[in-house]
Amino acid sequence: METPLTQHISFDRPCYNLRDYEKNGGYQALRKALSLSPESITNTVQASDLKGRGGAGFNTGMKWSFVPMNGHYPVKYLIANADEMEPGTFKDRMLMEGNPHQLIEGMIISAFAIQANISYIFLRWAYKKAGRLLTHAMEEAYAAGYLGKNILGTGYNLEMYLHTGVGRYICGEETALLNALEGKRATPRAKPPFPQVSGLFGKPTIVNNVETLCNIPHIINNGPDWFKSLGKGNDAGTKIYGVSGRVKRPGLWELPMGVSMRELIEDCAGGMANGYRFRGALPGGASTDFLVEEHLDINLDYKSVAAAGSRLGTGTMIILDDHTCPVGFVHNLEHFFAQESCGWCTPCREGLPWTEKILLSIERGEGRPEDLQLLETHTRLLGPGNTFCALAPGAMEPLQSALKYFREDFEKHIDQKKCPWR
Amino acid sequence: MIAQETLTPEEMAEIDHEIALVPMRRAAAIEALKIVQHHRGWISDDSLQAIAGYLEISPEELDSVATFYNLVFRRPVGRNVILLCDSISCYVMGYEKIYGQIRERLGISFGQTTPDGRFTLLPNACLGTCDHAPALMINNELFRDLTEESLDEILDRYH
Repeated sequence: METPLTQHISFDRPCYNLRDYEKNGGYQALRKALSLSPESITNTVQASDLKGRGGAGFNTGMKWSFVPMNGHYPVKYLIANADEMEPGTFKDRMLMEGNPHQLIEGMIISAFAIQANISYIFLRWAYKKAGRLLTHAMEEAYAAGYLGKNILGTGYNLEMYLHTGVGRYICGEETALLNALEGKRATPRAKPPFPQVSGLFGKPTIVNNVETLCNIPHIINNGPDWFKSLGKGNDAGTKIYGVSGRVKRPGLWELPMGVSMRELIEDCAGGMANGYRFRGALPGGASTDFLVEEHLDINLDYKSVAAAGSRLGTGTMIILDDHTCPVGFVHNLEHFFAQESCGWCTPCREGLPWTEKILLSIERGEGRPEDLQLLETHTRLLGPGNTFCALAPGAMEPLQSALKYFREDFEKHIDQKKCPWR
Repeated sequence: MIAQETLTPEEMAEIDHEIALVPMRRAAAIEALKIVQHHRGWISDDSLQAIAGYLEISPEELDSVATFYNLVFRRPVGRNVILLCDSISCYVMGYEKIYGQIRERLGISFGQTTPDGRFTLLPNACLGTCDHAPALMINNELFRDLTEESLDEILDRYH
């Protein structure tokens, strides 16, 4: 089984410096890419069917293809979205702490493909170690001529900066991230215009997730057909999957895209911890619908997870066990979303705190029978199409599925006027 | 209102470095807040006015930025800031017990500072280390797989 993203990652030793990375084939993809036309790189990435690994799952090459290439735009930007803040998600941290040069090489190739001359890594403040390692790796890359002016004598110029955020979930939304980089409140922007045409400081901009960008050197080295052959089912490539919660071995694994949920939980994570029973899981971070026992054999690719009523999201799974109250679990999620709402649009700003309050009253044994109907109404009012960005619709995904799969647990709280788990 | 404080030459030099990287002064707003907070521990009203003046934006506009982000402190904090993850994986793995232990040990709840100024305790969204939950950060240091025993030992390291 090939594991291109993690083949050079080991936490038993310091991460590769530039020389180690080069010895293991590093920056060969960049040399190859710089000899190709930008358009042919975009075409290759599009043909590989690489989909955005940050949660939305849009074809990366197609996203790049919307950037104007007619020479009328002297300033363009490429941004690595390293603001990993989806609760239960910890994969990009591993990629950056494990092999920072892989991300940098992926960024240079991607920037060249859209002919951007300025790039940013938008890093979460909490990722101190990643910040130190990336800063050092960028210095090495500048000194070796992989960054800066006239890269490897090709005449192509690229500057790279590290921006560390000051903490807000909404910064992960790509247009909100652009506002944060401009020194403003991170409220999302209306689309269109899309960032590919009018992004950072009004210039054409591509924002890609860290894991997405780390795939680029491997696609350039090995070609789109190789990349497609890595996936098991509907989707191409490998994926960094994760499991957290009451399993025997929580962690991260690079696996063929489309591995089954059962394989991930039982083979990789070692199954449930002793004394705990599986009740459900959010397959890709806090803003995805619950999957339950009947879904254990579905493949974790974009299409199959969607067909089961959820989303692959970030591919990092959070397990709900039988010792944890589902109402308390969902209340914790909605508390997070209410707190992190940017406040820009009314359904999200008002609806999320209301949702949180109802869930808290149910959890405390003060819920009324009509509260379940009220929560269901919220899942529609805050759903897709009613809000400015995807935060509130994402927040409603675990709630609407919890009301479906764990309804009797909600009802028990209301009937017994207490939380049966406390 | 006239600013009671001005920026130090060191702060100005650092902010100038950030301004040089962006097409307009105001775009350095977040970096400037980080720089001044790094030097002074928090952003007072006077500091806010001084930064706004330097960036040529209104204090109100800068305050709307400062109060938007979780880690710009608009109130004084203790010498050490504990950021306890209260998100879902840490919830499942029992962060509430750790919170209870901190409250008992230090006598402070979320948002409070010990009377001796040693610790401020804040809740924090997912720290991205969910396979080692529960987790917290103190200043720039990450602590994972917390237990009642390890927590006591960790708190003892900070004065």
